[in-house]
Amino acid sequence: MRRDFILCGVGGQGTILASRLIAAAAMRRSLQVRAAETIGMAQRGGSVCSHLRIGEGAHSPLVPKGCADLIIAFEPGEAVRMLPYLKADGAVVCATRPVMPVSASIGRTKYDAKAMLDHLKSNVLNLTLVDVDKAAERLGTAKALNVVLLGAAVASGALGFDVAEIEAAIREKVPAKFLELNLKALRICGTTRNHTTSGFFSTASDTTSTSTQRCAKRSLAPLRRRMAPRL
Amino acid sequence: MHREFLMGNEAIALGALAAGVKVVCGYPGTPSTEVLETVAKRRGEGVHVEWSVNEKSAMEVAAGAAYSGARALVTMKQVGLNVASDPLMSLEYIGVKGGMVILVADDPGPISSQTEQDTRTFAMFSKVPLFDPSSVAEAYAMIQDAFDFSERHSTPVFLRPTTRIDHGYEAIDVKDPDEYRVATPEGFVKDSSRWVIFPRLSVRNHALIEERNASISQEWDMSRDFIVREKDPAIRKGVATHGINWQYVQEALGEGTCRMLRVGMPFPFPEKAALEFLDGLDEVLCVEELDPVIERGLTYVCGKHGLHVRIRGKLTGDIPPSGENTTELVSAALASFLNLSTLQLFNHSTPPEAPALPVRPPVLCAGCPHRASFYAVKTAMRGRKTLYAGDIGCYTLGNAAPLDVCDTCLCMGAGIGIAQGVWRTEPDTICFAFVGDSTFFASGITGVINAFYNQADLTLVVLDNSTTAMTGHQPHPGTGRTMMGQVVEKVSIENVLRAIGLKTVVTLDPLDFEASVSAVKAVADEKGVKAIVFRSPCVAMTKPPGKSHVDPAKCVGCGRCVGELGCPALIRAADGRKAIIDETLCTGCTLCEQVCPVKAISGGDRNATEVRHA
Repeated sequence: MRRDFILCGVGGQGTILASRLIAAAAMRRSLQVRAAETIGMAQRGGSVCSHLRIGEGAHSPLVPKGCADLIIAFEPGEAVRMLPYLKADGAVVCATRPVMPVSASIGRTKYDAKAMLDHLKSNVLNLTLVDVDKAAERLGTAKALNVVLLGAAVASGALGFDVAEIEAAIREKVPAKFLELNLKALRICGTTRNHTTSGFFSTASDTTSTSTQRCAKRSLAPLRRRMAPRL
Repeated sequence: MHREFLMGNEAIALGALAAGVKVVCGYPGTPSTEVLETVAKRRGEGVHVEWSVNEKSAMEVAAGAAYSGARALVTMKQVGLNVASDPLMSLEYIGVKGGMVILVADDPGPISSQTEQDTRTFAMFSKVPLFDPSSVAEAYAMIQDAFDFSERHSTPVFLRPTTRIDHGYEAIDVKDPDEYRVATPEGFVKDSSRWVIFPRLSVRNHALIEERNASISQEWDMSRDFIVREKDPAIRKGVATHGINWQYVQEALGEGTCRMLRVGMPFPFPEKAALEFLDGLDEVLCVEELDPVIERGLTYVCGKHGLHVRIRGKLTGDIPPSGENTTELVSAALASFLNLSTLQLFNHSTPPEAPALPVRPPVLCAGCPHRASFYAVKTAMRGRKTLYAGDIGCYTLGNAAPLDVCDTCLCMGAGIGIAQGVWRTEPDTICFAFVGDSTFFASGITGVINAFYNQADLTLVVLDNSTTAMTGHQPHPGTGRTMMGQVVEKVSIENVLRAIGLKTVVTLDPLDFEASVSAVKAVADEKGVKAIVFRSPCVAMTKPPGKSHVDPAKCVGCGRCVGELGCPALIRAADGRKAIIDETLCTGCTLCEQVCPVKAISGGDRNATEVRHA
């Protein structure tokens, strides 16, 4: 069975590392991983997003609209921007702290961050809001925002990997001098909602019913059988 | 073999190393940059890697290596190929001995480029065969095939990934270093009838090239150009596609829905494969990004062989003429083409209407020294008639409000010429040409010589942040470091300018605001060609020693700092008047401290920065 993720935020917030950590966790389980990153001009404070597709059956590295199981948003406005990618029953983990665009600071455009959060609250059933200012205060730095959010995604149960798996990925990918900070950041949101998550990636045998329903909604394969005579 | 999670560009680099590449050169440009960086990181003994001064130099260095029998790779983005096209066009007539792959990254969208040019079309123009990979794994395999192909046909070849391949990631199997090809190059063998281009050689080799390309068209390498058959022979429609679009098509249609052609070598166009694909079809949809290359190729094949197959795609309005394709867009086009009337494919329920989204174009980073340079020039020239010719690099972002100090931007180094042309037409305009340090070396110097020689009136402003910042901090001739890890003598921008003959060459710290403003005023009023070098390291390469704070008791809410500087770290407090500083972004550059009329901001430190070498 496949899981599609979107990580989005503002250039410079560290979405790429978070995406690499999830990919590393998936690799450790020998799952197929495809991904796409925003690299280039947008990294200078523009909107950026990572697409991540884990498990068999994906072709494109980009998650199609309406197919993301989880959106990890580093910024409320960016969460709303990427919401069309979310599945009807998908989850969103979102940092509550807005990043004001320069054009809004100088009064040329408007940005109402509260409206973004309200929109998420009224439209996303499985929503986890993360007070990253509070997390930064407890960590003593705002530098590990990406891993704080990853920890929240683990705790929400929607990521499909447990704390130990992400911790192993952090140990593999993060330089030694930042290791302690990142391990602390991973657990700062708690691990209380300890879902049984391994089921997300179980092999073919036990995935038939849910994956077929998903497939029926999103793919042409079942339609093709119905439509074939009209071709 | 072992498995790695690799970016497409990393996979291409490892593929080149596995193929025994000896010389790798290029010029940075999104989305191509990581190929050369990965070669530098993962190369073994005996592999030379360099950031050349520009793409033309890189192409020539690679050609020389290939003349000597070494395998050579040259990397660039699509607009870089324009710079390198002079050596390339002739090189195809000369040919190579060692395999030579020209990696050109195309950028549908465009996401980080000036143009949506298609290197497949350039392949046709230059007569150079082109490989077009559809995935990270295929890019890894294809570059190895490309080296063999290049040697077999004694021609340079293109490998042309697009952004979604370059910056796509996939877990793939790659060779261990002990499985890499090992070969000792023969060396350069003197033969002026082979290596010296003259009209007689050109006309002879032109004929041979046409003959070779025609014969490649008739070969059918099924690993490059493959056909997936339809399950139901009654379906007389087919889809032809390439590159990442092959993934979009597969994602949308189950295997066997209709006949599919994936073109992996669009030039020379695979005529034999195309005839096999077209046989028995009534209609074909070509799903392509950038130019309608396959669509034109199939239309030509139908005309040549008198086939009655309707070819659709961009030219018939079935696929958008510009921009990047997506799975959703391709699905909709396929559903319409195949009469799958219910367009349910990826037809997610429309999400409820969202509140107005923040407009978030890229901006100069908080603390970027370019902001200080631009603001100094703008302040010095207040009330005067000016032209600010911009160029390619981070400093193109000086165009955004509130700075608005980039009136033109065309291509690498062009601002210096544009400023001269505007001044010729409007001599009462004070003309500035802004250029970055890497761009100055790449293609700025000739423009300055042109201005000096032809007696123009121009202020050159070199924004020297000691790196190639936009593409991810590559070294260049002014940094004193090479990709081989050597520390070398720096090329001095000031000495180059003085050697041209410029009498006024002023070096300034842009973060010293008042000194910068008065120096700009003085220099701008001099006649002739003169230069200001604003030198301050890129903030991404430095460690901020302190951060600035606003004292709310002193801040009068005039809005000068927020409204005039456009720094992402400066925002208005909830009351909408007083300024506050986002400490997660502030680098303590002190520009806002110097601009504040009531000295309400303090705490930064513009001097004690420590440069981090990549």
